[in-house]
Amino acid sequence: MIKFLIKGLIRDRNRSMFPILTVTVGVSLTVLIHCWVTGIFSDMIDVNARFSTGHVKIMSQSYLENIDQSPNDLALMNAEDIIAEAESIFSDMNFTTRIRFGGLLDAPDENGETRSQGTVMGLGIDLFSTNSGEIDRMNIQTSLMAGEIPNESGEILISKEFADNLEVKLGDPVTLISSTMYGSMAMQNFTVVGMVEFGMSAMDRGAIIIDLADAQYALDMVDAASEIVGYFDDGIYEDEQAQLVVKDYNARFLDVTDEFSPIMQSLRQQNQLDAMLSYSEAMIGIIVFIFVLAMSIVLWNAGLLGGIRRYGEYGLRLAIGENKGHVFRSMISESVAIGIAGSFIGSIIGLGFALYLQVYGFDVSQFTQKTTMMIPNVYRAHITPVAYYIGFVPGLFSTVLGTALSGIGIYRRKTADLFKELET
Amino acid sequence: MEKSSIIEINNLIKRFPVGGGFFTALDDINLSFSKGEFTGIVGPSGSGKTTLLNILGSLDVPTEGEATVLDKKISTLSHKQAAQLRNGHIGFIFQTYNLLPVYTVYENVEFPLLLLKMPAREREKAVQEAIEWVGLTDKIKSKPAQLSGGESQRVAIARAMVKKPELVLADEPTANLDSENSHHILRTMEKLNNDLNTTFIFATHDEKVMSYLKRIIRLEDGQVVKDDWMELKEAAS
Ligand SMILES: Nc1ncnc2c1ncn2[C@@H]1O[C@H](COP(=O)(O)OP(=O)(O)OP(=O)(O)O)[C@@H](O)[C@H]1O
Ligand SMILES: [Mg+2]
Repeated sequence: MIKFLIKGLIRDRNRSMFPILTVTVGVSLTVLIHCWVTGIFSDMIDVNARFSTGHVKIMSQSYLENIDQSPNDLALMNAEDIIAEAESIFSDMNFTTRIRFGGLLDAPDENGETRSQGTVMGLGIDLFSTNSGEIDRMNIQTSLMAGEIPNESGEILISKEFADNLEVKLGDPVTLISSTMYGSMAMQNFTVVGMVEFGMSAMDRGAIIIDLADAQYALDMVDAASEIVGYFDDGIYEDEQAQLVVKDYNARFLDVTDEFSPIMQSLRQQNQLDAMLSYSEAMIGIIVFIFVLAMSIVLWNAGLLGGIRRYGEYGLRLAIGENKGHVFRSMISESVAIGIAGSFIGSIIGLGFALYLQVYGFDVSQFTQKTTMMIPNVYRAHITPVAYYIGFVPGLFSTVLGTALSGIGIYRRKTADLFKELET
Repeated sequence: MEKSSIIEINNLIKRFPVGGGFFTALDDINLSFSKGEFTGIVGPSGSGKTTLLNILGSLDVPTEGEATVLDKKISTLSHKQAAQLRNGHIGFIFQTYNLLPVYTVYENVEFPLLLLKMPAREREKAVQEAIEWVGLTDKIKSKPAQLSGGESQRVAIARAMVKKPELVLADEPTANLDSENSHHILRTMEKLNNDLNTTFIFATHDEKVMSYLKRIIRLEDGQVVKDDWMELKEAAS
């Protein structure tokens, strides 16, 4: 019987082709958009992870409370030990200290008098040790517009835009004026060796980058760390895994009675990324829902048309002695077969396009020049495991729903009326 | 004449709701049919022939009164029971042949047996045999679109006959056929009636059919106005 119905389904193009095409189109769009939205959000999250939050971040509890002010006076002490401990527990992760600081950058003239001055957002990162990974992580090599990356103490990278404003050239001396961890004034001379442009306005306005050890020395923070960021070795943020790490770490080291004891937070817990992640999940849900709805309406109508065309057949089958439930169930099975076929083809097509957009990306820099958000300039689709099956949700749901809705007509009509369709 | 009754119709009334009121399509019908009959229900258009056949075929139910078909009271059957009655015991032949266009002759005839879940070997034998009865063995792989009207109607007969039902209900089976084809399929049915003792009930106003009928029931405005046994007539004349 099933073989018989499948034969009919395959031979009757009207019955199979149009619905399969509809499903294919809808499913491929669903898959593509899913990958695209996932890609956009994961790129945004990735940027945040690289430049700001880490996959996880260790701070002192009091630093966390005032994190907006980057209060270096609340930094963790014994950073080396903390890192060593963390890396021994989480062997698939890499931890490194970062120091953020505010201050003034002063460019002197030949006489040592201030020529120009500007406020800076300073970042001290580990530029010199080979295994820190910070240079790659922050894309410094590709962001370098002029000069080179510092390779010895006393060298500084400044953002191109900022350098232009200060009229500072490569090789010029500059003085950083800031405050030490203990509140006294800090002054340190540096030589400009490179200029960077990250393609994110938030970073490009007033960023300077110096080596971690220089920062620690200048700010009187030797072996202290305002933030210790940790990354999974594969570079990919896995929210569930990060939560486990956080839980484990905090269970071991967090002491709520000591405000200088370390606390770990996941990416998701920082920078309102929780809202963004939830938003991206909700967005994908809404997109899938809209496609389910739209496709169901199309397929409902297709089903109605097909059903009306086939009332004669149904009437005949009822006359021959098939019962209504059986006819209805066979319609549903047909729709399941169509849904699976369409979803399968649609998923392949959607994944194909997504793969293209994952590899080549889509450059949006001309639209985002003025933005102050930490967003990247090239968006890429991102194929997650979910993408392999998400298309089946609208694909199957809409065909079955569409068929069920049109099939209810069979139940509503009297057998004799269905049968009458034969006469016409 | 010692014949067992397979249909009893008692005080049957069928009304259809029309506008605010009712239209009485069948008005107090009392009839009885025996096994092996070859009977025609004739009458002008709108007299209620199709309505009566539909009730006998359990596709519709009486408004009042009762029709008992093969010991089943039509008005009491559930959808499922009605489907079982049709599937197991009744074959339908329609004015339009209503073959499923995507299936071959063989598959169209096979369909009722698939519903009966008949085992494959038995099924194949029955299908071959039914197609032989109607003389279409050489068209077994054809699709309905490749058949003439007469051939299509013969396929429909084979489909009605393949499960060897006790009762075949044929609604204007010759209306779309020329005279040669009409005679051909009528002879086919006559032969099946003789060989298998299947009961045939026709609804028709085709003169060609009349000459084959053993009994003619005349309906007018939903009432039986005449009920003649042709054998008796012929014997008498
Ligand atoms: N579902 C229905 N609703 C309302 N009236 C109906 C319905 N079905 C049939 N009728 C009416 O009942 C009467 C008998 O119809 P029926 O189809 O039985 O006639 P018939 O004798 O088969 O006619 P024909 O020779 O034209 O096929 C007609 O007047 C028809 O309009
Ligand atoms: Mg009729």
